Amino acid sequence: MSEPVPATQPAPANPARVQRRRRGLLRTYLTPKQAIPRPARFVLGILSFVVIITLWSVGAVFIDNPLFLPSLPRVGNAWIDMVQHQHFLGDVGWSAFRIIAGFLIAAAMAVPLGLLMGSFEVVRSFFQLPINAIRYMPASAFIPLLIVLQGLGEQEKLTVIWIGVFFQLVLMVMDIAHRVPDEMLNVAYTLGASRWKVFYKVFLPATFPEVVDALRITMGWAWTYLIVAEIVSAERGIGSFILIAERFLRTDRIIAAIITIGVLGLITDTIFGLIHRWRFPYVEKVHA
Amino acid sequence: MSEIRFVDVAMRFRTRRGEVRALQQISLTVPDGQFACIVGPSGCGKSTLLSVAAGLVTPTEGEVLVDGKPAYSPGPDRGMVFQSYSLYPWLSVRRNIEFGLEIKRTPKPDRNRQSSELIRLMKLDGFADAYPKALSGGMKQRVAIARALANDPEVLLMDEPFGALDALTRQIMQEMLTDLWQRYRKTVLFVTHDIDEAIFLGDVIYVMTNRPGRIRTTLAVDLPRPRTFDMASGPRFAELRNQVVGVIHEESMKAVESELARA
Repeated sequence: MSEPVPATQPAPANPARVQRRRRGLLRTYLTPKQAIPRPARFVLGILSFVVIITLWSVGAVFIDNPLFLPSLPRVGNAWIDMVQHQHFLGDVGWSAFRIIAGFLIAAAMAVPLGLLMGSFEVVRSFFQLPINAIRYMPASAFIPLLIVLQGLGEQEKLTVIWIGVFFQLVLMVMDIAHRVPDEMLNVAYTLGASRWKVFYKVFLPATFPEVVDALRITMGWAWTYLIVAEIVSAERGIGSFILIAERFLRTDRIIAAIITIGVLGLITDTIFGLIHRWRFPYVEKVHA
Repeated sequence: MSEIRFVDVAMRFRTRRGEVRALQQISLTVPDGQFACIVGPSGCGKSTLLSVAAGLVTPTEGEVLVDGKPAYSPGPDRGMVFQSYSLYPWLSVRRNIEFGLEIKRTPKPDRNRQSSELIRLMKLDGFADAYPKALSGGMKQRVAIARALANDPEVLLMDEPFGALDALTRQIMQEMLTDLWQRYRKTVLFVTHDIDEAIFLGDVIYVMTNRPGRIRTTLAVDLPRPRTFDMASGPRFAELRNQVVGVIHEESMKAVESELARA
C-alpha cells in the first residue's frame, strides 16, 4: 500500500504563480510558443507605439527639417487643418465608398464561385487555370488599360479593386471549401440528408468562419489597390489627396493621410473580428 | 428484422502504380440484433467494408443487402459513427443529436423529447446547449453515437469509434456501448484493430487479412451477457485473445514473407 498523504500540508495559494517565480525571467519570456503573462502582453503592445513615437520625435529633432521628417505635433496639426479646411473627410468618404462598393461586388462574386469550385470538380477544372494565371498579374498593372477602356470615373476605380480582390478571394474560398472534411458530409448522408441538404446544412455552414477570415485579409489588399488607383487618377479620395500634397511638398499631410488609412484599416479589421466573435462563437481558438 | 448481408463483395482501386485489390470475396451475414466486430491490421480494407455497407462507396463486384434490399446509396436506416467524431461545430450538442430528426422533419416537441432522453442516457446532462468545442473526446463521441441513435437506424456502422480516445476513456465508452446495445438491440457492425475491444463487445469476430482484404476467420465470442470489465481478466477471454492474435500473427508473417520474396 502507498503511504497516506499528510493532510496538514498547506497547499500553495496560487500554484501557477509559485511556478512562474521559480522559472526565472528568460525562461518565462523567451520560451518558443509559450504564453507570457497577460499584463506583459499589454505593456509590450503599448511599448511598441512608445518606441515608434520616441524614434520619430528624436529623428525629427535630429534631422530638423520638416520636409524630410515632420514632427508628430506638426502631423497632428496638419490632420486637423486637413479636416477643417481641406475637406479631407470628404476624401475619406470617397475612398470608403469605393472600397465598400468594390469589395462588396468582388466578394459577392468570388465567394459563391469559390464555394462552387471547392465542391464541384466540374467548376474547378473549368475556372482554376485562368484564375490562377490572372492572380499573378498585379491589379495596378491593369490601371492604364482600364483608363483607356473605362475612362477616369468611378467604374475604373471599382474595377481595379475588383481585380485585386476577386481573383485572390476566389482561390482562398476554393481552398476553404475543399478542406471541409468528407466525413462531415458523409455523416449527413447516413443521417438521411439529400445532396442539396448536405450542401446547405453542412457544407455551407462549415465554410462560413473561414470565409469571413478570408474577407478580412483581402479587405486589407483592397486598400492598397484603391490608393494606387486614386494616385494615378482621381479628383477626390485619400490617394488623390496624397498626390496633391506631394505637389506642394506637404510631407506632413501625406503622413497624416497614410496614418488615417492605417486607422481605417484597424477599424474594419476590428469590425470583422467582432462579426467573427458574434456569429461564430463555436470556433475553436488556436490561440490560448 | 434487420440483417446485413455482404454477397461476394470485391473492391478494386485503380492507382498510378496499378490496380489495388482492397477487398476480395467478402461474404458474411450479420443477423438481426447481432454485434459483429471486424478486426484486422490497418490498411486491410475494413473501413472500406463499412463504407460499402453505408452506401458511401460502390463495390466493384457484389452487393450489400440490408433486409434483402441492396444498399446502393446511403440512407437513414444505416447510421454511421466515425473515429473523427465529425460533429457539426456550429450546432449545440442537442442540435447535433437532432440533426437526422430535423432532416426527417420530425416535429420539434418529439425531437426535443428524443434528444433529451439520449442526452440523459449518454450522460451528457448539462451540456445540451454547449458547442462541441467544449467537450472532451469521449463526450464528443457520445454525441456522435447519440446522433446516430436518434435516427433509430436498423443498423449501426462504427468505424474505429474509440480509436482516438485514451485507454481509460475507451474502456468507459466500451462499457457504455454494451449497455446501449443491450437496451436497443441494434444490428451493429463494428470495425477496430483493438483485439480486446472486439472480444469485449462482439458476439462474433471476423478477422480480416491484409491486402487483398478477406475474411480469414470467424470466431464466436461465447462470453455471457451482460459483459462486465472483470471478464477481460478471465481465462476464457485470454483464450479468445490468443486465438485472434494467433491468426493475425500468422497473417502478418505471411505478409512479411511475401514482401521478402518480392524484394
